[in-house]
Amino acid sequence: MSATRAAASVRAAAVDPARRGRSLPTVVRHLVVAAGVALLVLMVSYQLDSFRNFQLATVAAYLCATAGLTVLTGLCGQLSLGHGALMATGAYTLALVQNAFAERGLTAGGLLVVSLVVAALATVVVGAVVGVAAARLRGPYLAGLTLAVAVVVPALTVTFDGVFNGEQGLAVPVAPAPAGLGSYFPHERWQLWVATVATLLCLVLLANLVRSRYGRSFRAVRDDEVAARLAGIHVARTQVVAFVISAGSAGLGGALLAVLAQSVSPGAFGLTLSLFLLMAVVIGGLGRLAGAAWGAFLLVALPDLTHSLTNLFTLSPAAAQRLEGNLPLAIFGSTLIAVMIAAPGGVQGLLSRLVRALRARWPAGRS
Amino acid sequence: MDRFLFLTLDGLSRGAVYAAFALALVLIWRAGRIVNFAQGAMAVAAAYVAYSVTAATGSYWLGFGAALLAGLLLGAVVDVAVMRLVDHRSPLNPVIVALGLVLLIQAVLGMVYGNEYLPARAPFSRTALTVGGTAVLSPYDLFVFATVGVVGAALVWIFTRTAIGLRMRAAAFAPEVSRLLGVNVGGMLTLGWALASGVGALAAMLVIPTGLGLHPYAMDLVFVSAFTAAVLGGLDSPPGAVVGGLGVGLLLSYVSGYAGGDLIPLAVLALLLTVLLLRPGGLFAPVTARRV
Repeated sequence: MSATRAAASVRAAAVDPARRGRSLPTVVRHLVVAAGVALLVLMVSYQLDSFRNFQLATVAAYLCATAGLTVLTGLCGQLSLGHGALMATGAYTLALVQNAFAERGLTAGGLLVVSLVVAALATVVVGAVVGVAAARLRGPYLAGLTLAVAVVVPALTVTFDGVFNGEQGLAVPVAPAPAGLGSYFPHERWQLWVATVATLLCLVLLANLVRSRYGRSFRAVRDDEVAARLAGIHVARTQVVAFVISAGSAGLGGALLAVLAQSVSPGAFGLTLSLFLLMAVVIGGLGRLAGAAWGAFLLVALPDLTHSLTNLFTLSPAAAQRLEGNLPLAIFGSTLIAVMIAAPGGVQGLLSRLVRALRARWPAGRS
Repeated sequence: MDRFLFLTLDGLSRGAVYAAFALALVLIWRAGRIVNFAQGAMAVAAAYVAYSVTAATGSYWLGFGAALLAGLLLGAVVDVAVMRLVDHRSPLNPVIVALGLVLLIQAVLGMVYGNEYLPARAPFSRTALTVGGTAVLSPYDLFVFATVGVVGAALVWIFTRTAIGLRMRAAAFAPEVSRLLGVNVGGMLTLGWALASGVGALAAMLVIPTGLGLHPYAMDLVFVSAFTAAVLGGLDSPPGAVVGGLGVGLLLSYVSGYAGGDLIPLAVLALLLTVLLLRPGGLFAPVTARRV
């Protein structure tokens, strides 16, 4: 394995002049980047007000799901419209586990880690079931099947309302921030810390996976299944693995959302959420984790932006409400179409092109 | 027994609509190897046009005609303005763009008409007629059967008996050869989109009065059901779409009649999963099944 890793880093150094001289193993490099980001978030969390902290935490939760989806769709070439449903699986599992803890009088904050892990694992199981079916399907068939999965969520919560409490959903009891942080410590800042740590761990795992043997098999399967099979890759197994990993990330993302909102209801996990996740990864740039970050950021920023935009005009309350609910969807939809037609690489693709153009203009040797 | 008969007839009437909608999906699949995931949203848009026209003129039938016209037009516009510009090398791209269209169309409808359910008028009574004490079909069901039958027959006639139908089949079957022979392949594709979207609009006009009413998301579940119907029959086969549609309609009618309406999405998912795992080419797939 170390030989492979060395080969990969040699290749990376050869491709990217900026990385020349860096011979750290991939894992260490990813951990260093993650630690840097964590430090940055820590500092930022003290500068921002509570609402912005909460929004940033929501970005982190979405980032789990979009990163998982971009691994599946961008790297392995499988389209999923069911990731909203997988997020719902994670969110509901977390709610059920937290409620079970609360009923038994267990309120320690550390138990949240257990709940998050259980939520991710439960989603992994659901993902494996869907993934085994999905591994035999291509393109529109897979999209149709996962679409049906997405549509089922509200029906399931209503049918088994003894467990899921129907349209109303469940409350999620979450322990407050540790007392050691002081009694006036804002809850939103604590939420941001929790979400950031969980998301960074998930991202480090995914980033290592992308650069590992599995990541290369994913790309091989995406680009040419026959060639991949000839190279000794078990195509169906690879696709199931991709689906399972992606499902686990989505489940963790959903569980984090439940922790942030302190409640779960089927309305939050409808088909629109699945479509939004797909839009986010495509607009951000398919197959790149940085693109997933752009997408997650857009998912939170766009509704906020349209809200302030509609506030600029003086509208009747009814018209304002219509506009506010639907404008983000319209912008997302039209941006998606435009991106697919004009810039299939998304935001991250445009950025890399810009960087490459600048490098060509000012070569590293002269600057 | 009465209940079974009633559910069967109701299921067939429901299935006729699914058949029409599945037919629309099959038309585009055969013309351009695209499953049009925006079909439901486009059909709802046409139904909203009908709502506006009916509200303005007071005539249901003017609205009905306007919906069909809007459906045809919308299909052509979507092909020319959007789908033709998409890179078709990856089969994911058209699907993703269609999903973008879904968001865009539903959002625009929500902005113009609001996200509340609007009442949808049925042109005939929906109360079932009784024959010998047993409730059977309503006049509206008969209207549904007649309309879907006429549309199906018209499509068969267009594709098998007219020169333009022959050109459309040729353009889909062998685009390069057809182009050499002077067929306007792009135009035929646009015509296919227009026809399919028109049929989809018709299906929406038929199904929306039987549900909760007109809503931007009214066709989401219908789309999934019709997709299941089309896959059940084999995406390549128009007769398969009709049989699949009737089958799905029957199944959903029994499920909602005997087990409860909330289970309909679950039943659709179970059926789709079963078909895809056991017979992915569909019931009517030719021997050299397409790999899915």
